Amino acid sequence: MSDPDIPTRGPAKPVPYVIAGILIAIAIIMPLIVPLYAFAEPTLWGMPFFYWYQLLWVFIASGLLGIAYLIMRKEDRRRRQAVRGAGPQAATAQTSAGDGDGANGTGTDTEGDAR
Amino acid sequence: MTAHLLSLAASAGHLAAATGPDAHGNRPVNWVALIVVIVLFVVVAVIGFLASRWRTDPSARGLHTLDEWGLGGRGFGTWITWFLLGGDLYTAYTFVAVPAAMWASGAVSGFFAVPYTIVLYPIVFLLMSRLWSVSHRHGYVTPADFVGGRYGSRWLSVAVAVTGIVATMPYIALQLVGIKAVLTVLGLGSNTNPFMADLPLIIAFVVLAAYTYTGGLRAPALIAIVKDILIYIAIIVAIAYLPAHFGGWENIFGAADKKLSATNPATGSPFGAVIPGAASFNAYWTLALGSAMALFMYPHSVTGVLSTKSRNTIRRNAMVLPLYSLMLGFLALLGYVAIKAGTQPIDTNGAINAQLVVPQLFLDSFPSWFSGIALAAIAIGALVPAAIMSIAASNLFTRNIYKDLFKKNATPKQEANVSKLVSLIVKVGALVFVLGMDQSSAINLQLLGGIWILQTFPSIVAGLYTRWFNKWALLAGWAAGILYGTIAAYNVVNPATHAHFGGSIAAFPFTSVPVYIGISAFVINAVIATVVTLVLRAFKVKDTTDSTRPSDYGADENDPKVAAAEQSQPPLDPELDGRGTRVS
Repeated sequence: MSDPDIPTRGPAKPVPYVIAGILIAIAIIMPLIVPLYAFAEPTLWGMPFFYWYQLLWVFIASGLLGIAYLIMRKEDRRRRQAVRGAGPQAATAQTSAGDGDGANGTGTDTEGDAR
Repeated sequence: MTAHLLSLAASAGHLAAATGPDAHGNRPVNWVALIVVIVLFVVVAVIGFLASRWRTDPSARGLHTLDEWGLGGRGFGTWITWFLLGGDLYTAYTFVAVPAAMWASGAVSGFFAVPYTIVLYPIVFLLMSRLWSVSHRHGYVTPADFVGGRYGSRWLSVAVAVTGIVATMPYIALQLVGIKAVLTVLGLGSNTNPFMADLPLIIAFVVLAAYTYTGGLRAPALIAIVKDILIYIAIIVAIAYLPAHFGGWENIFGAADKKLSATNPATGSPFGAVIPGAASFNAYWTLALGSAMALFMYPHSVTGVLSTKSRNTIRRNAMVLPLYSLMLGFLALLGYVAIKAGTQPIDTNGAINAQLVVPQLFLDSFPSWFSGIALAAIAIGALVPAAIMSIAASNLFTRNIYKDLFKKNATPKQEANVSKLVSLIVKVGALVFVLGMDQSSAINLQLLGGIWILQTFPSIVAGLYTRWFNKWALLAGWAAGILYGTIAAYNVVNPATHAHFGGSIAAFPFTSVPVYIGISAFVINAVIATVVTLVLRAFKVKDTTDSTRPSDYGADENDPKVAAAEQSQPPLDPELDGRGTRVS
């Protein structure tokens, strides 16, 4: 291993990144288009539209990021599996093993490393 | 209906006058609230001192490397990171200043913080996982480390480091302004004896400095948990109780509209607006976007990011951190609640000080013991970011000024010692700044700091994706952005006081469209960086080498660091083996 540039991931497929990119772009652009929401009506519990619309985007943006995260994590795992030469079966097993904490996301990589 | 509104406002005003300051700004000490604040402060101090023993090997006691002291061992998981970044980004100043701005001039100067913190996280999601990966592989501790490695330019990395340090100092000072607001409404501020008035602040800061020195980043990470619990309790209770108590949101917005649409005698135009008019749309979105782009260029946010244990920890946090935005939105609305409640934010000199609005609202509306909890939350909320900021600024100094310029072969232990020492100096500097200068200069400098830090965005962020820009071009763009931003901010004159640096909105160059100065400066910066790169390329100027590799930008926690990868047999981490066996 004289060349220190050990690839950490295999080649990317563009589609998952394009979809995730669009979701992220929506989450950035929509809350910034002020003319869309600078109105008092309709009010919600007495709160003007301007205010509750922006607070609503906290949840929408969070949801969009969540979907983007799942898409990118799946692609990321596939790329790491590809470079480490592990079979697709192992990848599926790992993906279904749980979602949640770092130990899981890294479990896939660890397995690859240990081989 | 109007009569009802007025009588409510009058009675609320009367109530405030009974517990609040007299005409000279002298107010009685609220002992119950003060004792609650002191007790919680002591609890936090004890936690801060114990933090040096948290998640450390007995052999690593004393935290003798920057990775241990300045980045908490680079091992924080999703939840610790959530508290740490939340404590880092939502500062006492946010809690005090955003509602104050709403109270004084309405949505454009205050509520933009909500879209700002919404668009922040998609940006974090995209950028910070890449910065984490490359920093993990190369052992970078600061954003300037990355810029230095990417462009091989000491000048550029020093420019990024100095910008970071200079922009962070007034930010720390503003945390003190937040604590001071709490102490003032508790009755400790007095215009008769300035030393006694400042003494509690000095004590708070000495304790903060001491536990940051011993515990490093672990101290604010632990304290942030306490801070958040207190803050969430205070906000949830306030939002559940206050709107109903003051006649519902409809009446609160009605009162805000009435106050803000009245004509300001100093300017001849309204104080502000509940719903921004078309003239301020561009100011609103550029403030939100520019602030979001700037926030993660601040060294303390990068410190929080690099202390996490994996790439995906940051992405998961980008999904859960928006919970704080919701809290921030409701806090901002407390500014309107205070309008309805007739809160009198009178400072010790007898003048109106909008910064006191939220602490005063809590003190007026709740029993003393509960106000004590809320005020303690604000004060502790200042200690967490102040600690992280001083750690980040001292890491920048150590890595990119001390080590790069003066002592190239500094050992990790020397680095940690320099950082610990500089963190003390930074905090003392901020303290002297707040005690010696007035609050408005701290606020002005913070405003400038935001514009300045945004000028490091092209070097850092473009570098995460492409090596297209030339280092001299980035430096030229940085200088032009800083110069324009400073001049433009100087030229904003406060209509009431006729002071310079009166705001952060100015017309975009060659137009009459008012926008956030930081964004204008950023555009100038980016254009110059692009043009100079093209010119240098046309003249075939040789560029320096890049010590990062494409694979570094996608690395995860189990990928070897570059030093390890360069050895013929990458040593396997024993923990890693253990997990590997468990999995298979």
